[in-house]
Amino acid sequence: MGVRVQAEDFDISAEMAAITAGRTDIGAIVTFTGTVRGTAGDEAISTMTLEHYPGMTEAELARVEAEAAERWPLSASLIIHRIGELKPGANIVLVITASAHRHAAFEAAEFLMDYLKSQAPFWKKEARPDGTADWVDARETDTAALKRWAK
Amino acid sequence: MTTLSQASKPTDADERTVTLRYFAWVREKVGTADEVASLPAKIETVADLIDWLKARGENYEAAFARADVIRVAIDQTHARSDAKIAGAAEIAFFPPVTGG
Repeated sequence: MGVRVQAEDFDISAEMAAITAGRTDIGAIVTFTGTVRGTAGDEAISTMTLEHYPGMTEAELARVEAEAAERWPLSASLIIHRIGELKPGANIVLVITASAHRHAAFEAAEFLMDYLKSQAPFWKKEARPDGTADWVDARETDTAALKRWAK
Repeated sequence: MTTLSQASKPTDADERTVTLRYFAWVREKVGTADEVASLPAKIETVADLIDWLKARGENYEAAFARADVIRVAIDQTHARSDAKIAGAAEIAFFPPVTGG
């Protein structure tokens, strides 16, 4: 279990190895990686900058992770979210869920991403090659995605 | 976040000091990331606070023009516009989040 907010990149294989080290109870590991798209609509973007709310971000991620652990029989989970200026193609977010069986791992990973996208205080700003930049608008579809997890 | 007890309401003090924080385009429009403000006792809810802030200047008016899209956190927990602010040490204003 763990959440990390960091400027540095992450290594998916190393994180998976850390989760499975010395364990034989895990039968399924799901990893999700979100990366920076090089376009916004039909426009090219040169960088994406991620701002966050230090303190609240970590608290929200931990709360969401605890909620997932309550709903599914997870052996382990990890959320890493990057901040600062990122280039197209760069990693943004990593979610890993591990369980004895695949359904719990798949569902919990989707749940974590849906909740993270609508609750964790991060904001993206996309800059174009000409130097202009705009804050990314929240998507209605992200809010709608939450509804299927209503208890 | 709407159930702060009566006991935590200000009684004798006329003003309370809170830290206000702004993020993303709210921060850019206000022109600062954070500030300490003395709030009149008549401000009870988040919505009252937004009305009070809007009257402080053009930059605040611009930042809070779309008050319906502004999200709020009281002491780093998501809160609604009808939430009471009594007892709060830190209140943050920001656009809908776009992480992930």
